[in-house]
Amino acid sequence: MLLQLEHIGKEFYGNRVLADISFGIEPGEIIGLVGENGAGKSTLLNILFGMPVISSTGGYEGEIQLDGHRVHFTSPNQALEAGIGMVHQEFSLIPGFTATENILLNREVLNGSSMSYVFSDRVSTLNREAMRQRASDAIHTLGVNISPDMVVSEMPVGYKQFIEIAREIDRKNTRLLFLDEPTAVLTEQEAEILLIALQKLARQGIAIVFISHRLSEVKTLCSRIIVLRDGRLITDSPAETLTTREIASLMVGRESTRKEEVPEISDAPVETGSVDDTLNAAPKKKKKPKPALKVEHLWVDMPGETVRDVSFEVKKGEIFGIGGLAGHGKLGIPNGIMGLYPAGGKVRLFGRRLTLNKPRAALGRKMAFVSEDRRGVGLLLDEPLDWNITFTAMQTQGRFLLGIPFIFQMRNEHAMAKETKKFIESLGIKCTGPKQKAGELSGGNQQKVCLAKAFVLRPDILLICEPTRGIDIGAKTLVLDTLREYNKEHGTTIIITSSELEELRSVCDRVAIVDKGEIAGILPASSPAEEFGMLMMGEKMRVALAATE
Amino acid sequence: MMRKLFDIIAGNAVPAVFILISAFAIPLSGYSATYLVQELLTRIGRNSFLILSLLIPIMAGMGLNFGMVLGAMAGQIGLLFIYDWGVVGLPGMILACLIGTPIAIVLGFFCGAVLNRAKGREMVTSYILGFFINGVYQMFVLYLMGWVIPITNPTLLLSRGYGVRNAVSLVGIRGVLDNLIPTIIAGTDSAKQFININGAGTFIAVHVPYLNGAIRIPLGTLIVIGLFCLFIVWFRKTKLGQDMRAIGQNQAVADSAGIAVNRTRIIAIVISTVLACYGQIIYLQNMGTLNTYNSHDQAGMFSIAALLIGGASVSRASIANVFVGVILFHLMFIVAPMAGKNLVGEAQIGEYFRVFVSYGIIAIALVLHAWKRNREREAARRSLRGNKGGE
Repeated sequence: MLLQLEHIGKEFYGNRVLADISFGIEPGEIIGLVGENGAGKSTLLNILFGMPVISSTGGYEGEIQLDGHRVHFTSPNQALEAGIGMVHQEFSLIPGFTATENILLNREVLNGSSMSYVFSDRVSTLNREAMRQRASDAIHTLGVNISPDMVVSEMPVGYKQFIEIAREIDRKNTRLLFLDEPTAVLTEQEAEILLIALQKLARQGIAIVFISHRLSEVKTLCSRIIVLRDGRLITDSPAETLTTREIASLMVGRESTRKEEVPEISDAPVETGSVDDTLNAAPKKKKKPKPALKVEHLWVDMPGETVRDVSFEVKKGEIFGIGGLAGHGKLGIPNGIMGLYPAGGKVRLFGRRLTLNKPRAALGRKMAFVSEDRRGVGLLLDEPLDWNITFTAMQTQGRFLLGIPFIFQMRNEHAMAKETKKFIESLGIKCTGPKQKAGELSGGNQQKVCLAKAFVLRPDILLICEPTRGIDIGAKTLVLDTLREYNKEHGTTIIITSSELEELRSVCDRVAIVDKGEIAGILPASSPAEEFGMLMMGEKMRVALAATE
Repeated sequence: MMRKLFDIIAGNAVPAVFILISAFAIPLSGYSATYLVQELLTRIGRNSFLILSLLIPIMAGMGLNFGMVLGAMAGQIGLLFIYDWGVVGLPGMILACLIGTPIAIVLGFFCGAVLNRAKGREMVTSYILGFFINGVYQMFVLYLMGWVIPITNPTLLLSRGYGVRNAVSLVGIRGVLDNLIPTIIAGTDSAKQFININGAGTFIAVHVPYLNGAIRIPLGTLIVIGLFCLFIVWFRKTKLGQDMRAIGQNQAVADSAGIAVNRTRIIAIVISTVLACYGQIIYLQNMGTLNTYNSHDQAGMFSIAALLIGGASVSRASIANVFVGVILFHLMFIVAPMAGKNLVGEAQIGEYFRVFVSYGIIAIALVLHAWKRNREREAARRSLRGNKGGE
């Protein structure tokens, strides 16, 4: 057994993220590790590689054995020295360097020099010829043909991934290689070459742990598949015994045989009843709605959440959900529409074109936005609640002001306090009063302030990102209920972006799943969870879509 | 094709403008070629070393090191001491370097440590740091010297008994490096004339037919500068140089590859500061006078302006940029006052031009840099999007 994990567990501040994970890896074996965001994959990797974040939060439970000996890495470099390599999701390559320079970064072959005795090795010159040889050896091991002299910035994306892997291979002692979403940025052909290369590596005795959301790839490549969910090991079985559909349902936690129409939120029982009501009553569908928002070929350059080509329509009075895995661009859509990041394409609001890249234009068209970055974009933390709530209305709609526009204006403190009190009451914001600073509130109450700030604008369309991120369960229910009620009372169109699929399914009428910066499919919220799961995993199930509509 | 041409011109806009200005100003000034070449050679010897000291921090991605003023101050302190002790000639110069080196290392280390806490804002930080250290330097020179630090030579001190005078004549080391290997290039007749005046045997004279007049070559200084260039070429090939290039392009990646980023950045600044110290000593041995409270002031600004005029940018600079820059910058300095005088009867216009141009060119270079980075980001965005869904 090359690597053996025994009962690994981890808690972050009393919040359990991993429990009792045990499995082993043989030399030359390829294991697929799958799980949703937050299933515990990255924590597991952090533990294995001795990332400081683990030891600084109290270490981990259980033990790790390498070649039968107990190991405990305290820094990533120790893991590297022990022969465990890691290929990251984001490229860690130097753009202006050649393939050779990148593969041998900080492991350059040096010419001996008398100076190095006086100072250090760092004053020795590089042996370019030997470096080139080693780099091309590593590239050839992968079975691809890339010139070692090619500059990385001029390479197609797929090549960069190969260079990353070549870098790990060049480490002579690498025996175990972790690949985190290596095919996420590759074209199908490139992914195929990569899979072949990995198989070749495995035949040379290097064990590989392949982490991916592309289930069909996992299934073709890996001999064993391990599914993590909510920090627990759900399955550890040979690949041939599982179908991709089964893997998907294991990941999202719903059996494919269970035909439940309405999902229940296990930790918020209050929710279930109201979900039933909304869905059964389905009041909006009778109104013959017209499109409130029409998005065509939208692209958004939001770092880490790139949107490539997205088109969809939202009906008036609808609650529309946008879901998908982190990093695939779901957050980019509302941020791009509101003009917070560079965007292009066509966005129509009730038939009229919206000017992109200008937050003010979006706000002027009676759109309101609740940012996922509550403390950064959403609130003025050092200012009182009444300022926070009325600020946007003051700036864009000229409300809560006394005096003559353009000549002399001042704040109408009285009106501000009155409006704020109204919201403190109706939303149940726990605070000492309108003059308390926003930064002093708890996460859930801050979120309510953000909502109030959006409601004050009396928006036609409300865009909300991650409404329940970082707030406790009780507050979650309240926030979601508030949204639902607001929608019912005012007929406001609401677009919710969230990484919690269950939340979207409980509140929304329809849910779009974003994958690789594009819409993989739009399903009614009542569709079974595994259909959404499949869409997220990159199986573009247009068929499923057609079947349900 | 047009785009490529545009890119080439845009990439070298600054040197192109200067070549154009010089092309107009040289004939207007009426100076002879011999005179211009002589002046240029002197100034290349005087300034190149200082400018070369800027290259290494640029390689490490720390931008233009305005903190080189710190090195200049260290060099001046060395010069003040050798004046006091009466050490003259080449030994004096070497002693000044030896005194300046530890001071420059300490200051460079300090500067590097501060810049590591201000990543991404190195230039403005080092600029302001220069002002701060200037205060310390003034306290040292104006109050401590002659009071706490014994100064024996009263001609160095202000009449009140402590503090160094504003102008210190460096006659003891004046031109020692420039004239270490006295060399002239001259037309046959001029050489005879020159030797008649200056005495034969002390000069290596190269005869060039058709040359009108004689040109003195600061051969010693040029050799030192040549050695410095070789040092930089060698340095780029070392592991340390490679690490600096990696850090310059992407600190996070370099860090994850196990390169000691902060340490390497400090080394880059220390090297630059020490070299600036030597550069200032070479500069002053050519000038022959030390303005105790001003000489270092403009060292950073003019060196950086010259480098930028040579076509360097905040993130890329080569040895060629240094020499192109020093030639173009000083060519304009030499001809602009005379051209101004001949054109509008006002020599001041040249001086005005000189200050205006050096500040202006730095501003333009910074704007160009930002513009270029924006364009790169735009290009990256295009590739992100693929071929679809754009407008």
